[in-house]
Parts: sequence; structure tokens; C-alpha cells
Amino acid sequence: MLFNEPHPLEVKVLTKRFEYPQKDPIWIDEFLAKEGYAAFRKALEMPPDDIIGEVKKSALRGRGGAGFPTGLKWGFVDRSSPKPKYIVVNADEGEPGTCKDRVLMENDPHMLIEGCLIAGRAINANRGWIYIRGEYRYLIDILDRAIQQAYERGYLGENVQGSGWTFHLSTHTGAGSYECGEESALLESLEGKRGNPRLKPPFPATSGAFQCPTIVNNVETYCAVPSIILNGGEWYAGLGTPKNGGTRMVCLSGHLNRPGVYEVPLGYNLKQLIEEFGGGVWKGRRLKAVIPGGSSSPILTADEIDIPADYDSLAKAGSMLGSGATMVLDETTDMVKLAHRVMKFYAHESCGWCIPCREGTAWLEKMLRRLDEGIGVARDIDMVGQLSHSMLGRTFCALGDAAAMPTISIVEKFRHEFEAKLAAAQSFAPEPETQPLVVL
Amino acid sequence: MSEIVTFTLNGQEIKAPKGDLLIEVAKRAGIEIPAFCYYEGFSLQAACRMCLVEVEKMPKLQPGCTLPVGEGMVVHTESPKVVESRKSMLEFLLTNHPLDCPVCDKGGECELQDMTFRYGAGESRFTEIKYHENEKQWSPAVYYDPARCILCYRCVRVCDEGLGVGALGLTYRGVHAEITPSHGDHLQCDECGWCIDVCPVGALTSGTYRYKSRPWEMDHVGTICTHCSNGCKTTLSVRNGEIIRANNRDRSGINGEFLCVKGRFGFDFVHHPERLQSPLIRRDGQLVEASWKEALETVAAKFAEVRARGGKFGVIGSNRTTNEENYFLQKFARQGLGTASIDHHRTGDVPTLLDALSGKTGALATIGDLYTAKAALVIGSDLAQQHPLIAYQLRANFRHHQMPLYTVTRGPVREDQYSKRALRAEPGAEMEAVETLREDLAKHESLTIVFGDSVKGDALRRLVAFGDSLGTKVQYLCLVDYSNSRGAMDMGLLPELGPGYHAAESAGMNLDQMLDDASLDALWVVGANPLERRGLASEAAFVVVQELFLTETAQRADVVFPAASAYEKSGTVTNTCGEVQRLKAGPRIMGTKPDLEIMGLLAKEMGLNLGIWTNDKVFEEIRRTVRGYNVALPVVATGGAAPTMPVNGRVLAPASAELIRSDGDTLFTSGSLGRYSKMLSSVMEAPGRLYEEKPAK
Amino acid sequence: MTFSPELEARFEKMIGLYPPGRQKGALIPMLLYAQDETGRITDELIEEVSKRLSVNKVEVEEVLGYYTMLHREPRGRHHLQICTNVSCMLVGGEELWHHACHKLGIGNKQTTADGQFSLEEVECIGACSWAPAMIDNYDFHLRVTPESFDALIESLRQKQ
Ligand SMILES: Cc1cc2nc3c(=O)[nH]c(=O)nc-3n(C[C@H](O)[C@H](O)[C@H](O)COP(=O)(O)O)c2cc1C
Ligand code: SF4
Ligand code: FES
Repeated sequence: MLFNEPHPLEVKVLTKRFEYPQKDPIWIDEFLAKEGYAAFRKALEMPPDDIIGEVKKSALRGRGGAGFPTGLKWGFVDRSSPKPKYIVVNADEGEPGTCKDRVLMENDPHMLIEGCLIAGRAINANRGWIYIRGEYRYLIDILDRAIQQAYERGYLGENVQGSGWTFHLSTHTGAGSYECGEESALLESLEGKRGNPRLKPPFPATSGAFQCPTIVNNVETYCAVPSIILNGGEWYAGLGTPKNGGTRMVCLSGHLNRPGVYEVPLGYNLKQLIEEFGGGVWKGRRLKAVIPGGSSSPILTADEIDIPADYDSLAKAGSMLGSGATMVLDETTDMVKLAHRVMKFYAHESCGWCIPCREGTAWLEKMLRRLDEGIGVARDIDMVGQLSHSMLGRTFCALGDAAAMPTISIVEKFRHEFEAKLAAAQSFAPEPETQPLVVL
Repeated sequence: MSEIVTFTLNGQEIKAPKGDLLIEVAKRAGIEIPAFCYYEGFSLQAACRMCLVEVEKMPKLQPGCTLPVGEGMVVHTESPKVVESRKSMLEFLLTNHPLDCPVCDKGGECELQDMTFRYGAGESRFTEIKYHENEKQWSPAVYYDPARCILCYRCVRVCDEGLGVGALGLTYRGVHAEITPSHGDHLQCDECGWCIDVCPVGALTSGTYRYKSRPWEMDHVGTICTHCSNGCKTTLSVRNGEIIRANNRDRSGINGEFLCVKGRFGFDFVHHPERLQSPLIRRDGQLVEASWKEALETVAAKFAEVRARGGKFGVIGSNRTTNEENYFLQKFARQGLGTASIDHHRTGDVPTLLDALSGKTGALATIGDLYTAKAALVIGSDLAQQHPLIAYQLRANFRHHQMPLYTVTRGPVREDQYSKRALRAEPGAEMEAVETLREDLAKHESLTIVFGDSVKGDALRRLVAFGDSLGTKVQYLCLVDYSNSRGAMDMGLLPELGPGYHAAESAGMNLDQMLDDASLDALWVVGANPLERRGLASEAAFVVVQELFLTETAQRADVVFPAASAYEKSGTVTNTCGEVQRLKAGPRIMGTKPDLEIMGLLAKEMGLNLGIWTNDKVFEEIRRTVRGYNVALPVVATGGAAPTMPVNGRVLAPASAELIRSDGDTLFTSGSLGRYSKMLSSVMEAPGRLYEEKPAK
Repeated sequence: MTFSPELEARFEKMIGLYPPGRQKGALIPMLLYAQDETGRITDELIEEVSKRLSVNKVEVEEVLGYYTMLHREPRGRHHLQICTNVSCMLVGGEELWHHACHKLGIGNKQTTADGQFSLEEVECIGACSWAPAMIDNYDFHLRVTPESFDALIESLRQKQ
């Protein structure tokens, strides 16, 4: 089972039922014995507006990356629409550095089902899908079994718990695509198509899965909902900082003594997080930089990280909380190589729909590879930044931004490393200034 | 209608209906917002990002192709930020583009060239190795070069949304993304080639045109397609006397950009090696080449002789010759030869329809009406196969206005994909099924009924009575087969009816009777192949044929005149809706003459005075004398389609409904003509079948 | 084309999970599960799936090119997917990748001569906190070292 030893400083809301080492997922009997589905039963007695109201009060923000207030999102759904309404769980977990959703699903699958049920109740939906990346096949099996149990115990299906309400839930597998984590691409994929993003507006709340009102949320977001309903929105909000309610799962990876997934309150100091939870930088080395929210987030240097890790503070620091993936880089890290590896990922995952992302990521990848291999030319360094800026904010979906933002920050903050690499390298080719468009 | 908003565009105050797309509003105001993926009338993609503009108070640049205009918006389309963004989009686009403009078919007509010229940088900073993928042949008609492709998805959309075929898709991703054809490595589709036309660059190229010419080396002649009765306008591109391309890139005419495989590729019969280029005379049982003088003299002498002795003539006109020629032919027959035995291969019961509609106005649908119709009913035709433009118009109407459609056909048709109700009925027995639609049909504000050759005679009268009883406004469209089938009837190529459907003074033999009459003395066939599947009863008959090829009928002839095809002559034709359009001569084929000229020379040789036989003069006479044909001259003269006026009087409809039979041509056949198009016969879909559509998606 | 009874049962259930008339939703799961059984996506499989879901072939083609887990070429009995994305790279993912290539004598997306193993360099597989990580078919292996990789190969060979 994947789960590292818990840390005494953790605040356990989502992980409250976990045991270490966990042998089996928490199946339904154990789940019920540990307050499972209690929140859902409570929600069954609440009018939908009150459910949404509690979620709004909780200041819960989407844990998938964008940090959009969840209650607000649910409120956009027109519950009286004659169309069916749907719940979609984003369990694509593709953001590099992120490995938290699987921990939640693997250990406590019913917690996610309960979150879906409450959300379904809140927007008057009768069906939901859990979209899981194809690589997580074993999790699909776990969830399928948990769903089966929920059906057997009357938590899913027709007339849920005698309420007269119907709710169906099933898993749906992806097949290898980061872009399918983007919510509209995910919906395309759910409909059996390529994961090309959709034009927005309309947003999923108006026209989502199968062109019906839909809410798409991250696994962790749904998992937080039962505790909010059970203990009240204010309680949950109180765990974090203003407008950044609750706890979050943070995935510590990279050059650390104790990498792992931990649950911490929002706003926990980033530097402390690395030192206390992560056990500090490994091998006694010094910290060089931190990528605080998955590879799409701009990088922070060692002296920029003494800040609360919540959505607003990180945005203020020029980065983002993203998906909770915190990658720690020690002093030996080659930043040019890092920049290249990040761009290689985005070039591989660009869906190809729009010009700037399709061509921009491919171009940048080639250029950064050259730089990394020591055959760059001086103007490359500026051009990496310029081309990233040509992509930034101009692509169809946020993948282009996700590729541009970290690159811009790496070049800005570690320009000297690029220059050093250039200086150290033999220059094989005369430096081309420009090239005529047509070479005959 | 809708609310009007006021906003600022490049400092200019503009009013526009709320919600209109900025790119369209700007175009109307004379401001170009460059775009590749935006294509009017098709779904929005916002993929090329060329149209990004600056909108005050919005943090990011906004795509003009999807941005609805709103009150008080302040938009800049030429600000430094926008200009810089466009430049970088073009720079991105050109990174993996091969820049093989010097050898690219599209050079000179390429939107990427034009955009780069206008908005791009003169140089590229891209010094990496280009990603390359080799060109592929998808079908005899369509080639795809992924390296040139800029992924604007126009081709995918016209195929799917426009035609309902959906033969193109997108595969792979990122920089490797490319368009993929329906069947892995090849296309199976309508082969209409529209994808080639909408392609802004040279990624999709045409089997007939590729690597043949530069666009500016050709003469571009706007004329009317000679195949089916829909009457699409097509631009023939002629180089050194050879047609090498047909398209309708200026989007003029009733079809806009639409053309089917016949219109776009089926012009090659013109240059077929078996084309007749000299008159032929039968000598010792063999057809041998002869001079025009000799051939004309032989025919004139024979005709005069038969006429003098009161012998029996039979005259068969064409579905593809011009109105002028048809008019002149019937005049020749009736006045010059003194025979009333004149007919043509009838493919739809227009006379009965006109009679049944007598006294009504606005009851005949035009091609344009099909796009605005509030509801439509299709009876007895596989439109997508037989009447591509009509199918396209109805589909566009559905796509843009959700027009309800009903079909009553013998088998599945593509229109089933979106029809509200699709009923099956055997030909001739459709009215029972139509009756069951009564309630549904009566609900609509108005209705357009499109019907094929199985609705004729009494069934057609029943249909009009049914339409009358619905209590809503009904328009009709009687489908006929070929480019001037309608004109043949209008011009009186019928034994009972003269031009304008006036009853003929005396009724002669109809087509079957002529062929069956063992005592026929002379048979004159102009542009038709009645002996394709049957014999001529009269062994002694002197047969004169005007033809492009040595068809079955021409083989039986005593004299054959090599005729010019519709692509080689001027005149007018009338489409199935009764819209008159003008032909313009493209190439000339040595040795041939237009049928009008042949007939005129013959009249002269016989010493007949049938009036001046130039197109203009004959058309003038038609306008003066033929009911309904007093059409607006400027419309026709400028290449427009002028609807004929309703006849509005009783028509003595011919009783012989059994003579009306459509040839049942598909997308890939075109009567005898189609056999001589290599392109039509080489595509794997040929010859195609009717009523074979797969069930709806 | 027939599948195992278990897969048939799964397919039957799967098709019912999407709104009426929208059974195309099952396309990607169906292809993936079928591929697990047949080893790769064959023309026959495309035909079968497009028939069952009434989609055009081109719609299947579109999807095949897009998703990296769907493949038309056969792979080894053990498809080893090694992550070299940032978190793994930082702690030896690339070294592991090169080691694997040497060990098996094959490169990216290649298969050993005996058809036993194939290799693929993959993007983040969601095991970042336990990096470097890899997947053998669907089994995750965490904190993989060159030594533990060798041991894994040995044990997989033994099992044969
Ligand atoms: C390129 C891209 C990839 C994304 N990948 C994921 C993902 O793997 N998992 C996820 O939960 N959200 C992902 N997102 C964010 C989703 O689009 C969406 O914001 C999220 O599912 C909303 O859920 P939340 O409000 O609960 O965060 C991604 C976004 C983008 C632009
Ligand atoms: S930014 Fe454009 S090409 Fe990139 S993933 Fe999004 S839509 Fe596709
Ligand atoms: S025209 Fe707007 S993005 Fe292409």
C-alpha cells in the first residue's frame, strides 16, 4: 500500500480513517463504523441550498489546480433545468509531482463516493462518473468494488437510503493523456472522443458531460465535502486561512529526506513544510528552489519560500498552489535540464489543437534540449523567454500557460545557469541571427 | 429583432446586434480580423489564435472569432500587442511548415502566404530541424500533405457538418497531430473534394490539378455544371485549352462553395480521347469521317426528301443542351420538319405539378428557399446521392435553424441522420406514408415538399391536394435528372406541349412510340442516348445524331455530328427548381460545334427560315414567347440565377406517366456522360448505390 | 470477434453507463480493456468496437492516435513504463531509464527479441513521493533502484 508514515504535525481530516501501515482499503463495514456515510445521511435531510451554503462557508477551493471556490461552482448549476445533471470526479491526476488523489482513493474509496453523493444531492444529479487515468487500473478495481458495496447497501442506485432519490456512479478509465485532466478535455474523453478542450463558455455547469449541466471536481475536493457537512462549514474554514479553508494533501517529492504525502492545513508555512514534514533537504545539501504546485507552477527560489502555502499567498509570491505537488530541488540541480524536462513533458502532452501551444512547446523543447546539451547559442536564452511569452495567455486552454509560466520563471531566476552552461560549451555552429523564410 | 449594442472598434463607434461575433461585425465595418480556423457557417474552433484582439478591461487577448460583441466594449484590432501576437502566431505556424511555396499548388492563392505577407515577420528565428511527415494519397481525387497542414479543421467541418459524411478526423497529438481519412490510409466518402477547396494552404491537393499549373496561368470561367439538375455554379480553370480544375472559389451562385464530385472532378470527359472531333457518315455500313459540308448536305437532303414525301420524323432532344438549343430544336421540328413527334427522356412530372398548382403563387421552391424553409418533406429520392446541392441546402438549414425534416423513401438515406421521422415506402406507394405525417406536417408554419420521379400523374395530384388540405403554406420542388431536364420540358420538347406548356397544335409520337414505330423514316437525336438499352424498331430509319461520343445511339446513326459539350458553349440552362442560369464557354474542342450552330447550319442548308440562330437572339425570343421565361436579364447576364415565373394557367399534362423515369444516377454516375469521366469511374466508391446509407450515427 | 466471458460481461455493463444514444462514451474504456486481452489494437478490434458502439471508423482512429496507452503494435508480455518526469528525474529516474535500456538491450517503445519485455519512457505516473517509479503492465513499483530493477527482471523471467 502506498502511504508513508504519517507525521505528528498532520491535521487529519481526509486521512482521519487511515491507519499506518494500511493493509487493505477501508471497505464499507469499517467505513460505516467510522462515521462513514453519516454526512450523507445528514445531507439527505438538508435542502440543496443549505448543502451548497455549507460548502460556501467552508471556503473550500478546488484541489485540482485552479483553486476555484467549490460552493460557488456548485451554485452555478441550474437545478431546475429539465436536462439531467451530472457529477464528474477528476481523478486523472496528471500534474507532474502529484500523487495525492490515489492515496485517498486507495485507502478510503467510500469517502469519495460519499462526497459524490452529497454533491449529487446538492445539484440534484442522478448520475456520476469517476474519471480515472488508465495507469491507475488497480484503483479502478478498488473503486469498482467499493461502488458495488455501496449499491448493495443502498447507498447508490434507485431510492438511495429510502429517500426516493436515484444516484448512479461508475468509474471511467482514461488511456494516457495529461490534457484529459483539463476539465473540458476530460468531458470530451468521457464522451469517447479525443481529449481536446472545449470552447468556454459554456462552462460545464451549463453544458458539461453529454451537453448537460455538470460539476467537475478533483478527488480531494469531493473527499473534503463529507467532513464539511458533518462538522459544519465554519469549522472547516477555521482549519485554514481566510478564503482558503481546510486542509490539503501535499505531495512532497524531490531532494528530501522524507518525501511523502501529508495532510496539512492550508496556509502552513512552505519552508516549515519542507523542513518539518519533508525532513529537510537530503544529503545535507542546501536548498536551491521549490516548485510549489506541480510542474505548471512558477518556481520559487530558496529565499522566496518563507510564506504561507495557500492559494492567495502563493499567487502573491508569483506562483500558485496548484495541485499540491511540492517538488524540492537541492543545490546540485541543473536548472537548464529541469527546464528542458518540463518542456518535454508539455510538448508531449499538448493536444495540438491550437497553434501557439502545438508549435510553441515543440520549438521550445528543441531549443531547451540544445541548451541542455551544451550546443545552444547566446540568443537562445532570451528567446526561450520570448517564445514562452508568445504562448502565455494566448493558447486555447491553460496547458499552454502551464508550459510557459514555469519556463519564464526558471529563465528569469536562474539565467546565470543558462549562461554558465553556454560558456562551458563548445560552440559548434556560427550563431545564426535570423534565417530567411525561404531557402532555395 | 435582437437587441442592438454600441461598442468601440479601433476608436470607431459601432452598432451591432448583441451577441454577433466580433469577427463578423468587424468585417461588416470594413475591418479585417485575420483568421484561419474561423469559417463562416461552420462550428467555432478558436484554434488558430490569429484573431486575437485586445479588449479593454480583459486581462488576456480575446479570440475575435468567438467573442460576442457587448455593450460598451472597447476593442483594438491593431494595437501593438495584437500585432505582436499575430506575428508570433505566424512565426509559430511557419516553424514546421515546409515553405515549399515555389512548388506548392496553392502558391498565389494561399492564405498562409497572404497572412504572412500582411501580418508576418520577414524572417524566422526558427533554426531547429523541422518535424516532417510525408505526403499521402487518400483517393484518386484527394492528396494530403501533413507537413503543410496548419490544422485549421476546415476540412473536417465541411465534411462532417456540411455534408454529413464525417470522413475526416484528427489523429495523433501535439506537433504530430494530423488529419486522418475515414479508413486508416484511404478515404471512403463522397469524394466531393470540398476539403481541398477550403484548405487555406496546400495541404489538401486535387488529383486532377496537383502540380499542373500556377493559379495565375489559367483562365477562370464561371459556368454551370453540366451533370445533375441542381445547377451548381462552377469555375473552370482552363490552361492551354484544357480544363484542369473546377471549383467555385468566389462562392457566387446558388451553391456558394459547394460542389459534388461530378462538379469538381467530372469535367474530364471533355478531354476524353474518344471525343468525336469530326462528322461521321455511314458508308458501306461503316461510320467514316467526313467533312462538315458533306455531312450537312447529306442530312439536309435526306430531311427534305422525307418531308417532301410526308414521311415520319422522330425528334429526340436532350437533357443537357441549352434552352436556346432546345427551343430551336422544337421549332425546327414543328415548323421546319412539320412533325409533332418530338420528345426527350423525361425524368420528372413537371407538367402535372404546374397544372396542379395553377392559380397559386409562390408555390415553387428555389434552391435558396431550401435553406430558409421552415420544414421539409422529401419523397422518393436519395438526395445525398442524386441531388447533392439540395441535400446540402437542407442540411445547412437544419444545422443553422434546426429545420424539421421528414423523409419518405424506399430505403435508408443520409437525411435520416437528422430527420424527425423517416418512413419507408415503395415507389408509387408513398402517399399512404405521407398521409401518416399529416398531423406533424400541419404544425409547421410552412412546408417544402421535394419529390422524385415516383410521384407523378395522379399521385402528384394527390400530393398537391394533400398539401392544400394541410392549412399551411406549401412549396413544391419536382426533381429531375440532368442539367437542363427542366429546360427541355419548359422549351416544349414534348409531343403534347409546346414551349411554355402551351398545348401543341397536334400531338405526335412520344419517345417510346418513335422507337417502336417500325415505319419511322428519320430519327434525329440531339444529345441523348435512347438506344443505350434498347433497339430501334425501324430498320430503314435514317438516323442523325449530335453527340460528344460514339454512344450506342451514335453507333446506329447514318450521320453523326460532333457536338460541343455544355462546358464549351454559351447559352442558358434551367435547374430543377426552374432557375435560369448562363453558361460560359471554357475551352474549345477542335472539330466540334455547339448544337445550336449545327442546327442553324442545317436549317440554312435546307433553306428554312427559323430566325437568327445566335444564343442572344434565341434567348430573346424565349423571353418574349415562352411562359415564365420573361426573366430579369441583368440577373442572368451577371451570372445569377433568375427564377422562372410560375406558368399559372392550366397545363394539358401528358397522360403517359410511365414515360417519366429517372435514370437513378448516383453521385458517381451521370448518364452516358459519366462513363467518359475517368475520375468518376476511378474512385472506389463508383458507381455508388442509392438507398444504401448506413444507419444514423 | 469474441472476447472472454468476463470481458463480455464488463462490456455489456459498460455500455449502459452512458446516457441513451451516447454509448460512444464507452469507446476508450472498451478499447483499453479489449487491448489488455488481445495484446494490441487490431483492425478486427476496431471493426468490432465501432460496430458495437455504432461509431465511424475514423472516430476510433482519432482516439487511437491520441491516447498513449492505446497501441497498434504488439508489446512485450511485460510492458515496463519508467517515469523520467521531474520528481523521478530528481532522484534517479533517468539513470534508472538508461540502466533499463542497457539491461534489456532495447530502447524506447522497443520489445526484447523474446517478446518478454518492452520499454517505454513515460510521463508522470503519479508516484512522485515514492520516486523513482515504474509500472510493469499495471503493477506499480516504487523507489526503484537499478538493483531492484534487476531483481524485478529476474523474478519476472523466473515466473515464465
Ligand atoms: C492542462 C491541465 C491539466 C489538468 N489536470 C488536472 C488533473 O490531472 N486533475 C485535476 O483534478 N485537475 C486537473 N486540472 C484542473 C481541471 O481543469 C479542473 O480545474 C479541476 O478538475 C476542477 O476541480 P476542482 O475545482 O475540484 O479543482 C487540469 C487543468 C489543466 C489546464
Ligand atoms: S493549449 Fe492548445 S494545443 Fe495546447 S493543449 Fe490546450 S488547446 Fe491543446
Ligand atoms: S479564427 Fe479565431 S482562433 Fe482561429
